[in-house]
Amino acid sequence: MHASVRPAVSVNITPTGTGSASREAAAPLPMRMSINHVNFFYGTKQTLFDISLGIAVSKVTALIGPSGCGKSTLLRTLNRMHETVRHARLEGEILLDGQNILAQDVTQLRRRVGMVFQRPNPFPKSIFDNVAYGLRINGTKLPIAEAVEKSLRHAALWDEVKDQLHKSAYDLSGGQQQRLCIARALAVEPEVLLLDEPCSALDPISTAKIEELLVSLKDLCTIAIVTHNMQQAARVSDFTAFLLTGQLIEFSPTPHLFTTPADPRTEAYITGRFG
Amino acid sequence: MSPRLRWRKFVSGFMLTMTGVCAVVAVVVLFFILGYLVYHGSTSINWNFFTKLPAPLGETGGGMANAIVGSGKLLLLAALIGVPVGFLGAIYLAEFSGTTVAFIVRYAADLLNGVPSIVIGIFAYILAVLPFKHFSTLAGGLALGLMMIPITLRSTEEFLRAVPRNLREGAMALGASKATTIATVIVPAAYRGILTAVLLAFARVAGETAPLLFTALGNRYWSPGWNQPTSSLPVMIYNYALSPYEDWHRQAWAAGLVLLGLILVINILARAILSRGVAVPRS
Repeated sequence: MHASVRPAVSVNITPTGTGSASREAAAPLPMRMSINHVNFFYGTKQTLFDISLGIAVSKVTALIGPSGCGKSTLLRTLNRMHETVRHARLEGEILLDGQNILAQDVTQLRRRVGMVFQRPNPFPKSIFDNVAYGLRINGTKLPIAEAVEKSLRHAALWDEVKDQLHKSAYDLSGGQQQRLCIARALAVEPEVLLLDEPCSALDPISTAKIEELLVSLKDLCTIAIVTHNMQQAARVSDFTAFLLTGQLIEFSPTPHLFTTPADPRTEAYITGRFG
Repeated sequence: MSPRLRWRKFVSGFMLTMTGVCAVVAVVVLFFILGYLVYHGSTSINWNFFTKLPAPLGETGGGMANAIVGSGKLLLLAALIGVPVGFLGAIYLAEFSGTTVAFIVRYAADLLNGVPSIVIGIFAYILAVLPFKHFSTLAGGLALGLMMIPITLRSTEEFLRAVPRNLREGAMALGASKATTIATVIVPAAYRGILTAVLLAFARVAGETAPLLFTALGNRYWSPGWNQPTSSLPVMIYNYALSPYEDWHRQAWAAGLVLLGLILVINILARAILSRGVAVPRS
C-alpha cells in the first residue's frame, strides 16, 4: 500500500522545483546535514519510509505535514534523540558536515546539534544556571558570565531578564521560558538548531517574537523546524519539506512549495483539504 | 412523604452520622494518646532526665542521658546504611533497570517493608551478634538500617520517576550523558521529595523497639563503644514500663514524651521542606 503512495518523481537531497526560486536552488547549496534513505521503525511499525533530504547551511528548513506524519520523528533522528525511546530503530545514513552521525559519540553530536522542544522545559534552576548548564557540563574554559549574556542577547531575552538572572526560570512567562530554552541551546554554539513545534504552547505575541528570532539566528547556525502551522513555515523558512504518512512528498524552496506545489497531495494539504 | 422516601432519608442520615462518628473516633484516639503522654510525661520530665545516667536500683531520680545518646548513635548508623542503599537503589530502579527487574525489586522492597520488625531484629542478631558473641550498637544500627532501606528506596524511586521526561530530554539534548543528567538535573529536581522521604523513614525507625531488643540490648551506663551494647529510648521505655517501680514508670512516660516530640519534629520538618515548594516541578 505504501509503495503506491511513494512519490515517483524526484525527491532529492537538494530541494526540487522550478520557477524563480529554483535559480537560487540551482546553484549547489552547501549542505550542513544530509539525510540519505532513512527508514525508521518503532518495534515492527515503520514510521519513516526512505527519506532523503538536505539541511542547507545557514538556512531555515521547515518540516510540515499532518499529525503523525513522522515530521517530529525525522527531526529527532538528526541529534539521535530517538535513541531515548525503547525499540526505536533507524536504517540509512545521516551526515553532519559529511560525517555519519550514527558513528559518532552521541554526547559530542548533541553539542553540535542542539534542540528546542514543543513545551518550554527550563531546568528548576536560576535563569543564569539554565543558560550556563551546557557550558558547565562540557567543562568550558570560556568566561561563563559573558557566554550567558551573549546567548541571552541572541535569544532576544537579555533586556527582559538582565536584572533577575538569579531568579528561578519558572518565574518567566511561557514565551520567555521558550526563548530561555533557545538561549540555553545556543550557549554551546551548535552548528544546527532543531526546533520541534517550538510555538505550539505559546500565545500569538510570543510566537511572533520567536519567529522573528529564528530569522535573525540564521547567520549563527543552521535551523530545522517542525511545525504544524503552515503560515509559520511560510513566514520563517527558506525550504519546506512536506511529509505524509512517513513519506517525503515534496521538498522545495518555501515560496515555490506554497505557490506552485508539484504534488496534488501537497496542494490539498496547504489549501486545507486535510490535516 | 412516602414511607419509602422516609426510609431512604433515615438510612442516609444514619450512614452520614456513622462516617462522622468513625472519623472522630480515629482522631480522638490520637489525641487521647497525645494528651495522656503529655499529662504524665510533662510532670516527670526535668533537666536531670536529659543529663543524668539512670539511678542505681532502689534509688530514685537519675535520667536517661545514655539512652538519648544511644538512640542518636543507632539512628546515625541506620541512616549510614539505609540512606545510601535506598537512594542508589532507587536511582537504578528509576533510571536504568528494565521493567522486569524493577518489578521484582519493587515487590521485594514492599515485602521487606511488611516484614515484622522483630524478624528484622532476629536477622540482625544472626548476622551481627552471633558471630561476635556479644550485643552491640553496630548490630542495632544494622537492624534499623535494614528497616530504612525499603522505605527510602520506594519513596525516592517515586519522586525520581515523577521528574518530567522533558527535563531529561532537555539535558540530553545539550550533550549531557545519562549520569550527568541524573546528577545535575533529575536528583536536584527531586531533592525535596527525597529529603522528605528520608526524614519520614527516620521517624519510622526512631520508635522501633523490637529490632533493638536482641541487637543493641540495653545498658544502664554509657556505652563504652560501637561494638558494645547501648541503651536507647524505646528499649528504655519497654524495660521501665514493665518494672514494678513507680519512679521508673514516671521516667518511662518522660521518655515516651521525648521520643514522640522527636518524631513530631521530624514530621513537621518534612512537611515544611515539602511545602516550601513543589516536590517536583510541573512539566
